[in-house]
Amino acid sequence: MPEINVTPLGAGQDVGRSCILVSIGGKNIMLDCGMHMGYNDDRRFPDFSYITQNGRLTDFLDCVIISHFHLDHCGALPYMSEMVGYDGPIYMTHPTKAICPILLEDFRKITVDKKGETNFFTSQMIKDCMKKVVPLNLHQTVQVDDELEIKAYYAGHVLGAAMVHIKVGSESVVYTVSVNKYAKSHISAWIDKCRPDILISESTYATTIRDSKRCRERDFLKKVHETIERGGKVLIPVFALGRAQELCILLETFWERMNLKAPIYFSTGLTEKANHYYKLFITWTNQKIRKTFVQRNMFEFKHIKAFDRSYADNPGPMVVFATPGMLHAGQSLQIFKKWAGNEKNMVIMPGYCVQGTIGHKILNGQRKLEMEGRATVRLLISFALTKRLIHVGKLLACVFCFHTLQLDVKLQVEYMSFSAHADAKGIMQLIRMAEPRNMLLVHGEAVKMEFLKGKIEQEFSIDCYMPANGETATVTTNPSVPVDISLNLLKREMALGGPLPDPKKPRTMHGTLIMKENSLKLVSSEQALKELGLNEHQLRFTCRVQLQDPHSDPDTLHRIYTHLKSVLKGYTIQHLPDGTVMVESIVIKVSSSAEDTNAKVLLLSWSYQVKHRHCPCSRLSKLGQKHNRLKT
Amino acid sequence: MAAHLKKRVYEEFSKVVQVTHEEAPAKKLRLSKPSKSAALHVDLCKASSSTDALQYLLTFSRKPVEAESVEGVVRILLEHYYKETDSSVRLKIASLLGLLSKTPGFSPDCIVDDAINTLSSESKKHLDSFTSGNLSDSSFGVRTKCLQLLGCLGLLEAPLAAMRDVQSIISDYFGDQDPRVRTAALKAMLQLHERGMKIHQIIYDQACRLLSDDYEQVRSAAVQMVWVLSQLYPESIVPIPSSNEEIRLVDDAFGKISHMVSDGSWMVRVQAAKTLGSMLQVSPHFLEQTLDKKLMSDLRRKRTAHERAKELFASGEFSSGRKWADDAPKEKLDTNTVNLIASGACGAFVHGLEDEMFEVRNAAVEALCQLARSSPSFAEKCLDFLVDMFNDEIEEVRLQSIHVLRQISTHITLREDQLDTVLAVLEDSSRDIREALHELLCFTNVSTKECIQLALLELLKNLNKYPTDRSSVWKCLKFLGSRHPTLVLPLVPELLSTHPYFDTPEPDMDDPAYIAVLVLVFNAATSCPTMPALFSDHTFRHYAYLRDSLSHLVPPLRVRTDLFLQQSLNRVSTIQNLEAAGAPELLDLTIRDLQRLGELQTELAGAADFCATFLRCQLLLMKALQEKLWNISVPLILKQNITVTAVLDESYKLEFLYSGLENRQVATIHHVRLQAKALQLILAARTRHGLDSLISSCEKFLQDVESFQRLFLTELPHLQDSFVEKLLELLPRLSSCKPVEQVKILQTTLRQSGLLQLRLPEQIHRATATIIEPTGESDNPLRFTSGLVVALDIDATLEHVQDPQNSVKVQVLYPDGQSHVIHPKPADFRKPGPNRHRLITQVYLSHTAWTEPSQIEVRLLLAYSSSCSSRLGWTDAMDSLHPAEGTVEGTIPFSKHVKVFIMPKPARR
Repeated sequence: MPEINVTPLGAGQDVGRSCILVSIGGKNIMLDCGMHMGYNDDRRFPDFSYITQNGRLTDFLDCVIISHFHLDHCGALPYMSEMVGYDGPIYMTHPTKAICPILLEDFRKITVDKKGETNFFTSQMIKDCMKKVVPLNLHQTVQVDDELEIKAYYAGHVLGAAMVHIKVGSESVVYTVSVNKYAKSHISAWIDKCRPDILISESTYATTIRDSKRCRERDFLKKVHETIERGGKVLIPVFALGRAQELCILLETFWERMNLKAPIYFSTGLTEKANHYYKLFITWTNQKIRKTFVQRNMFEFKHIKAFDRSYADNPGPMVVFATPGMLHAGQSLQIFKKWAGNEKNMVIMPGYCVQGTIGHKILNGQRKLEMEGRATVRLLISFALTKRLIHVGKLLACVFCFHTLQLDVKLQVEYMSFSAHADAKGIMQLIRMAEPRNMLLVHGEAVKMEFLKGKIEQEFSIDCYMPANGETATVTTNPSVPVDISLNLLKREMALGGPLPDPKKPRTMHGTLIMKENSLKLVSSEQALKELGLNEHQLRFTCRVQLQDPHSDPDTLHRIYTHLKSVLKGYTIQHLPDGTVMVESIVIKVSSSAEDTNAKVLLLSWSYQVKHRHCPCSRLSKLGQKHNRLKT
Repeated sequence: MAAHLKKRVYEEFSKVVQVTHEEAPAKKLRLSKPSKSAALHVDLCKASSSTDALQYLLTFSRKPVEAESVEGVVRILLEHYYKETDSSVRLKIASLLGLLSKTPGFSPDCIVDDAINTLSSESKKHLDSFTSGNLSDSSFGVRTKCLQLLGCLGLLEAPLAAMRDVQSIISDYFGDQDPRVRTAALKAMLQLHERGMKIHQIIYDQACRLLSDDYEQVRSAAVQMVWVLSQLYPESIVPIPSSNEEIRLVDDAFGKISHMVSDGSWMVRVQAAKTLGSMLQVSPHFLEQTLDKKLMSDLRRKRTAHERAKELFASGEFSSGRKWADDAPKEKLDTNTVNLIASGACGAFVHGLEDEMFEVRNAAVEALCQLARSSPSFAEKCLDFLVDMFNDEIEEVRLQSIHVLRQISTHITLREDQLDTVLAVLEDSSRDIREALHELLCFTNVSTKECIQLALLELLKNLNKYPTDRSSVWKCLKFLGSRHPTLVLPLVPELLSTHPYFDTPEPDMDDPAYIAVLVLVFNAATSCPTMPALFSDHTFRHYAYLRDSLSHLVPPLRVRTDLFLQQSLNRVSTIQNLEAAGAPELLDLTIRDLQRLGELQTELAGAADFCATFLRCQLLLMKALQEKLWNISVPLILKQNITVTAVLDESYKLEFLYSGLENRQVATIHHVRLQAKALQLILAARTRHGLDSLISSCEKFLQDVESFQRLFLTELPHLQDSFVEKLLELLPRLSSCKPVEQVKILQTTLRQSGLLQLRLPEQIHRATATIIEPTGESDNPLRFTSGLVVALDIDATLEHVQDPQNSVKVQVLYPDGQSHVIHPKPADFRKPGPNRHRLITQVYLSHTAWTEPSQIEVRLLLAYSSSCSSRLGWTDAMDSLHPAEGTVEGTIPFSKHVKVFIMPKPARR
């Protein structure tokens, strides 16, 4: 039986480092090539030596497909293609292709420039890697080679995220990241009822059913609005991509709706670049945004302007989006320090914060923070420079032992969760839409997966797999084998009549199946003989019937002939001069034995084909017996 | 036919160039018969067998047909249809006819009746052979067409024993391999239902199976089918598969359709959501499930934001979200009880309202509304969800949900947190949204005094931000006050900022916000007698002022004036003779009283105004007929002529400006008009322009009298002792004598006739219009280049205007006496409430250059046209009316005019 093998190299019962190998119909495909955020050593990247110990991956992989631009789905791509070595095609959607290198470059900078790692991929490698990328359009079927074809569908989550339908012959696999069915913010997902053999899905929120987004949005807007109204400033720390754009749109429309005048700022840098791409790929977003596009591009923000460092000290209400999202460094932290002292102000944390960051501390209600006092240090330097240059060396030494600074947090701290991951319901919804034969869960915690697995098996009664990293899940498929049929044969069968073809009922027909060079052909037997150069063999059945008849042989034959003529109406019956009677193709002969002239032997002979058609032969033989009885 | 064809050919010959251009040059032979129709005819005649004919038809159908030759083609096809014996050819012809009728530029009216008759009679006869022949055809197109035909023509009566039932024939094709055929089968079945055939219940199971079809058209049609069946057999019992329970069919169907709300295709989702709204027989248990959504996080039950809000409200705490993880999940869930894919009706509306496509959300809101209106308990439950929709990103959805909430507002009382969300929308920049919300607040019940305070606060904020909303906000507060007097009572000291010991400064009377507060308080005070005791002196003064200036918003606190109107009218009825002493004074006085009453009592304004106008007509007539005036010289009669015109004008106003008039009042008005005409005739006779004109005038007057008699035959008994009664008595004499004598008779009759009694109708309203925008207060002229146009925004409210789309016009008067009448587009009229319209339009102004800015006047006109047979042809004096044959058309200005400063500048070269 043909089978499909799925092996996660990362993200098997785990979150992060998505990398899944699929071998289907003799093709090997890698789905995603991500990195793990939690590690800084070799475990960061998937173990490509699983595929091949030495040598290039190109020989083993037919293609690589990247679902979206998050680093846990594409972070290891330059490493794999340039350092391990892969020259085959890499498929991703247009927006992913545009945004992915920005993130990779950013990631590289942090790792190499900040952390000082060596043996890491370079900017040039990212560029070279991107040259291997083949962009995908939505709903466009791409032939990777003669047999393998892929088709991308829109999956919610982030801009450019795609579900991929991989098909070899009649076997198929659908791979999807977090589908966001209910989030109605700026993205939506939909898939054909394509009935794949396996549906591979993320299951991060396998045990969660989320509340409607509307309430959370309303809360968020209400809080911002109230703060603005009493003249406070709002700080929203965000990560550059995805969430930030979502919140921007939300605030922008709200400002438009409520006719508000307070400025909204967006910290420059990465985010601005990303906004630019959102602007370009406007058609990849949801209905509201697309509808508004008739008048203007939604991402062409009317109320949101680029932020400048000096604006933070401006009087009056304002809203500022600043990176990074956990308040651990950078602009968001600077602004936070400036505004923390005023109880009119507010900070809204729109996502999860890692332990140890300031974001985490203030969310847990800490009201006094100890800060590293870089600002004071700089003062010291300038002071030192004006004094005496000789002491500079000595003073610099104490510059790097950080001063600590007490910071009173008086501003309001709010938490707002907007997650773009699919909840359990979303996954179930997708299964209902696609109707897969098997289900495979990746990118989630084992315990949670277990629950969802049970649910899926119970409600859809399909098999559900959740392989760990390096473990292979095997699904046997029952593919239909396509066979070419000669037109003449088909027409002949059609001519025989009968009801219309019904896809639910099999129908039998005569023909010869020829297997030749990997292809199957159904032809008529004559043609098969001709093609194979074989002679036709005739198979005849004979039967002897004993009769008691006093007449001479020709007379007996004649009597039989007249009798048959009267009985078998509608058949051609001939009395041939050579002493035989032909009923269609059945030959009847009479011979008498030497001893007893009365005992006649009736010889019946018919061909193989005749037996199968509803022909008079069976009736004939019965007839013979009847005749026999008659005579005796 | 032959002649017709000849004509067609001839016609087409004149267009040879065009046709050759269309045809490929290779087909040169065709040049001799370039017309489509002619070519087709020849082809069809040549066709020896049906297959040939079919072939011709097929080739024909592939080519485009010019609009002008369609008719000819159709006729040929129909003719051939009668002759043709083969059913497949006839089918082809039928479908061709359908296609042709869609050709742009061709109106199918001329052939449609013909075609339908032919086809239906034909097909009924041959339906059986037809279907059996073609339904098994291998082409989906033929099967689809056959099913359509069956749906349209299938016999409604019980079929003969030999024939199979149409429904079972059609239902065989529910399982067809082609989705288009399946759709056609479902559609045909629906068609049968529409034509009145009762669909069998067996179909239900088959239709349910089709709900999970792969193709959206099929699913969409199946949803409709299931719905139809659920309406036909709501109470029959169906078993639940995989258990031995049974439920009502309508509940089962409801569950299945609810399931479709989370379908993959949005068209189906819209269809399903819409359909749910009309399933009113569903049991409440199932209905409430549609709003059910269980949340969980890490396998633990989580409360929805709605539940949390409710709890917070119950515990008395306000505002949330400050605490980290206050939405932390609580109890642990049993994994077996969690149902991930909602089966049945569970959460259908939750999904529908959160759908990505706004069409689906809109449909879901609509359905919620319909269901909530029939079930108060459901209305209570869906409130949270509807309120949530107020924050939808698409304006249409927001507006829709506000309207819906208004419609179900009789069933519900808003909680404080809900009201909070509702009120937040008051800051929306869209005027439609704000006004819809004001309308909603007018009908809302709230539960606590804090709610009232909140609403007042937000409304004042709104007033501050959008000053143009003034009247709408005041009106809203009026209703809010009169609905919740007891809730307003404890707030009064705070609202009016009174203090037990100290005198507070008197607030500014012109402050719209202060007026708003007063409107709320005074309206509450009408049904709360203890409240006025809390008012300070200046409040009473302000009351008197507001009662006078904003009488429609401020109700009377004590005095009742309903009877006053009737009393005034009774007083007038004592005047028997027009010449009685003191009668004019009494009338004068009554008119003044009535006018004042109208200003004070909005609900009586129409009636009072009507009476006053009527009495003024009488008064004018009375004065005109006074003895001494008839002795003066001819030239001075001009003044009386003006009187006559005025009375006629007023009579038209009476007839067309007021709604709710009964036939009797109309008769009275016409009577006044007749009197005026009689007077006019007399005056004309005195001026003696010539005998001929007098004769024709007299004839016309007599015609008028006759038509009056004809029109108001039933009302004549009520008009005793009136002018017209006397006139009718004298009619034989009048028609026989000379014009001069006629005039004399008329004069005496007119003077002797008594005053007609006015019976007041039940409800009478005056059509009024108020121009809100432009305000006429701006000193900055609107500058534009002469010769070009400038658009002037006009915003006006119209009350009690019937059919404003046709009758309301905008008149622009330029200082040089030019006047333009502009018809606003029908789409410019909105209907915010019953008997109320809003006109928001733009008029385009243009003029030649002026040296300095000047004012133009803008006002609204009410156009009328009466089809009564009275003729006014002989009144040359009345140039405002342009009488057409048999009808009177004219316009009545019914709004104050507003002055707009404009300045057309000479164009710079």
